[in-house]
Amino acid sequence: MPGGHRRASSAFLVPGPIAMATTATPKAPTAYDLKLALPLGAFLAVFFVAPLAVLFLLSLQSDPKGTSYGLSQYGNFLGDAFSLGVLGSTLLLGVKVTALSFLLGYPVAFAYTRVGARLKSLIILIVLLPLLTSVVVRTFAWIVILGRQGIINSALLSMGLISTPLKLLYTESGLVVALAQVQMPLMVLPLITAIGRIDPNLTDASAALGSGAWRTFFKVTLPLSLPGIIAGSLLTYAAAITAFITQSLVGGGQMLFMPMYLYQQASTLQNWPFAAAISIIFLVAVLAVVTLFNLLGRLSRGVASA
Amino acid sequence: MRRDWDSFSFHLAIGIVAVLALVLLVAPTAIVIIVSFTSGFSLRFPPPGYSLRWYGELWDAWQLHFAAMNSLKVAAAATGLSILLGTAAGLGIARSQRASAKMLDSLFMSPLVLPALAFGLSALMFFSALGMPVSPLTLIIGHTVVCVPYVVRNTVAALSQLDPTLLECSASLGADKVYTFRRITLPLIRPGILAGGFIAFMSSFDNVPVSLFLRDAATDMLPIRSSAIRWCACPMWCATRWRRCRSSTRRCSNAPQASGRTRSTPSAASPCR
Repeated sequence: MPGGHRRASSAFLVPGPIAMATTATPKAPTAYDLKLALPLGAFLAVFFVAPLAVLFLLSLQSDPKGTSYGLSQYGNFLGDAFSLGVLGSTLLLGVKVTALSFLLGYPVAFAYTRVGARLKSLIILIVLLPLLTSVVVRTFAWIVILGRQGIINSALLSMGLISTPLKLLYTESGLVVALAQVQMPLMVLPLITAIGRIDPNLTDASAALGSGAWRTFFKVTLPLSLPGIIAGSLLTYAAAITAFITQSLVGGGQMLFMPMYLYQQASTLQNWPFAAAISIIFLVAVLAVVTLFNLLGRLSRGVASA
Repeated sequence: MRRDWDSFSFHLAIGIVAVLALVLLVAPTAIVIIVSFTSGFSLRFPPPGYSLRWYGELWDAWQLHFAAMNSLKVAAAATGLSILLGTAAGLGIARSQRASAKMLDSLFMSPLVLPALAFGLSALMFFSALGMPVSPLTLIIGHTVVCVPYVVRNTVAALSQLDPTLLECSASLGADKVYTFRRITLPLIRPGILAGGFIAFMSSFDNVPVSLFLRDAATDMLPIRSSAIRWCACPMWCATRWRRCRSSTRRCSNAPQASGRTRSTPSAASPCR
């Protein structure tokens, strides 16, 4: 067996960067033919790449009738403070949701690697639970929690802490919390893989050399789990900024984000070229973020293996 | 002494945040289940009383049954297609070191990351440019595109855990490639394929962004139906307040359906709550 092989640990939903790093085996004699990938390649070329090309062509139309072509739709978007504001607030929303999911999700992943088998399966069940229930149901639950007569308001009212119900639903903070809950599994699962892969001898060595628990955590565990942090952040970020349902139901009408903006232009206003331009700009923004994260991931793997 | 406090405070902090996060993860699902047994009309928590009345209402809600059947059929078809295409593709790229395999892998994963709503819009434009009307078929194709990455990823992961020695043993004992695949590879990677298929099924069943654009007026889908109810301030999913809101639901989601392509507009601007 030339080169041997490396085992990937639980690779459930672990995105490209991590999974690919572990499948890096030299071409084995048992490799399957790459031709097996052709049917899916062809399928996606026709039904994924070609539609995106159509979308791009359509975004070049100057008016819905398609009489002339040009970059005017992009000009309309980029020259319009309102549209740019929507793009900016969408990207910022993703940052907030990712940060909150990370702050809440990391301790869960860390605890997972330190507890017994029974607690482990309980934690994994709880983490997977949101993935097994409909996103509509999860979002709907947040309306029950955050509404004027919701759980938080009635609890605060009955405790006498407030006299009138707080406005929680249709606020950005409410939306950030709801999105963080809805997307947290995407953060926790790669983190569990990454933290579990850290050699326990390293933390032991750090403790033996006199570092306290906090110092060991910040100097050893956290930096070594960077690949997982980046993989999880990438998934969470991409999911949060494109979460059409949660954004529009918990966010309400006062806040407009890119998916809803796109949907309004396409469906309500039937302004397809402008909707296409919004889609392309949104796609490029997401792609830029993904590329950035992948770049960071490559750098962080260098740090983690050093 | 300082050492003990350091360790204690660290584990306490981690423990508190972890428990908080786990509660946050469980709470919404638990609350939906409890509220669905309410006997009242409003979404109070805790409910004023408990009954099965909303499940009875659900039993009569034919529109939801219809939507659920459609969702099931489309999800089943999309999952089948995803498993077929995705497993083959996973086998093809898993052990290959070629640059083309890496490129194909990025292509297969991209529907997962790119905004599904943008894909839904582009697929609608693509099909209408081809002169294909939206139908259950276009819906299945669209769902397959966004679901197949899960199958590919899980197949690749399962294959990377498969010990190649086993395949070499099989080959050296005289088994041909097909026999080895049938008797060794497939049984060992089947859990991975099924896990991928399960996630694909769930994400298809739950898909809104693609369905919004690719379904026709006759193909109502469950997540859209249930969220349309919510858009009219009728929190229905867990079987609440359905009947009373039926008229408003009809006004807000059926009327656009009747007029063709402008579907139930999620009137987020006026959630009448």
